[in-house]
Amino acid sequence: MNTVSGLQDDSSLTVDQAIANLQGEDLGLRVYAAWWLGRFRVDAPEAVDVLMAALTDEADRTMAGGYPLRRNAARALGKLGDRRAVPALIQALECSDFYVREAAAQSLEMLGDEACIPKLMALLQDQVPGTLPAPEPPQLAQPFDAILEALGTLEAKEAIPLVAPFLDHAVPRIQYAAARAMYQLVADRAEASLYAERLVNALANNDLQLRRIVLADLGAIGYLPAAEAIAQTLAENSLKLIALKGLLEKELQQSEPQNLSPGAIQVMTLMDSLL
Amino acid sequence: MSDSLAALIHAVETADSSVSLVEAVQKLAHARLEGGIPTLIAALSYNNPGAAVAAVDGLIHLGEPAVPALLEQLDLHNYTARAWAIRALAGIGDPRGLVTLLGAATADFALSVRRAAAKGLGCMKWHWFPDHLLEIAQAEALDALLFVAQQDEEWVVRYSAVVGLQSLMTALQRGHVYGQTAFEQAALSQIQTQFERMAVADAHMAVRARVWLAQQQVQRVQTRSVAVETNSSPLSETDWQLILEKLYARKGQERLVLAEGDPRRYRQLAIAVASEPPNKSALPSSDA
Repeated sequence: MNTVSGLQDDSSLTVDQAIANLQGEDLGLRVYAAWWLGRFRVDAPEAVDVLMAALTDEADRTMAGGYPLRRNAARALGKLGDRRAVPALIQALECSDFYVREAAAQSLEMLGDEACIPKLMALLQDQVPGTLPAPEPPQLAQPFDAILEALGTLEAKEAIPLVAPFLDHAVPRIQYAAARAMYQLVADRAEASLYAERLVNALANNDLQLRRIVLADLGAIGYLPAAEAIAQTLAENSLKLIALKGLLEKELQQSEPQNLSPGAIQVMTLMDSLL
Repeated sequence: MSDSLAALIHAVETADSSVSLVEAVQKLAHARLEGGIPTLIAALSYNNPGAAVAAVDGLIHLGEPAVPALLEQLDLHNYTARAWAIRALAGIGDPRGLVTLLGAATADFALSVRRAAAKGLGCMKWHWFPDHLLEIAQAEALDALLFVAQQDEEWVVRYSAVVGLQSLMTALQRGHVYGQTAFEQAALSQIQTQFERMAVADAHMAVRARVWLAQQQVQRVQTRSVAVETNSSPLSETDWQLILEKLYARKGQERLVLAEGDPRRYRQLAIAVASEPPNKSALPSSDA
């Protein structure tokens, strides 16, 4: 099937070979194998085992002290959906490498296990010793957007007082991540929609990269009133379609299967126009 | 009028920033002037997605007059411009783009191109086709759309194939005062079977939901009497002859590889196309 998108070269690696490569000597093959297992969603128990082991790898280091293999392994573990990886990923939230922590937070969000909430909250307050800031400007102390998004998805209501201050963070995408999380966390739906409307307004941002981020945020929370604004946003149709899919699937979860609400039909009509 | 056209074209040609280029192309596209077609087509290869989107919209609204120039664009060795031209052809639905869309929907490596082509295959201007060509053209479109609906790995391309199949279904149902032909009945039942399968089996809820919507909407069309469309098309006898030759050439090439009806024949095509350098026009449609 991958031949259709020209990826047949990647599929030629076999599962056994990727697992073997991940434990081999060649650092290049190891980091590629970790990516490959995630890309092709290889959820065999042996694959999860070797990826978990890779989270404590010491061999593969960048000049700046980063851990490329750990980053790829953390990303892959989120895609494989095996909750056995949760304790190892929580441990990875303490890694000195900013990008390992970012990948671990994203994967813990995908795995949906509440056990990681206390460590995420500690990280959000920058209270985990030994964690180095991002190497690039603005040298953020922590991957705040990934942490905020995870806390929102995990419905960590106890984190609301910690999340709210990030609505005014200097970095726009972190503000958006906070708005997205607040929408998911606050109980009052009228208050929640105020946070979602902040995101809708941000679709008019002059920066294309920020508009793309907001599209992803609105898709993640499935905020139905944003449908029309998403369709009108100046960005790639592919990204608008993914965002609208998020709205559609959220709307479908609210009703009986096959019972299409007017909102669901409206979203699909907009999607049809973007194909 | 020609003054304003010249001014609009001049604004595109002299735009000195990415933003001003997008604005100039948008204005030219909104003017809907046939004289702007060459400039809009040139904008497809500026490597500016905003300008290309505006140009594609403008070309789609201009429709049939833009088709010959778009087909010429396909033969140039610029992959990005080619992809945008295919998207414009898909939006126009002109029969001269049919064979290009068949290849693009099943084998292009850019999902945005497969997505646009799949929708475009369904909403061809089927009522333009002369009787002797309609059945072979619809049979090819049906085969391609069923393949995409079953096999494409991207949810959005399968979603698009559902939209295409729904349009094709509507075309197969309409315009028959004397009832449907055996081909049309068989094609309709193939689409229904495909929908029933996808309605429960597709991995993505959004795709399943689009199938439910198609099933509901097609039912509504069935119970309503549909006005018969006249099949007066602006295409010449030579155009139709060329379309027929391309379709036969395509079928002939497929037969060399695998038997008719074998879904793997498209897979072979996909591999052949994917292994070609990207700027080479590798689709069989452009060879003819």
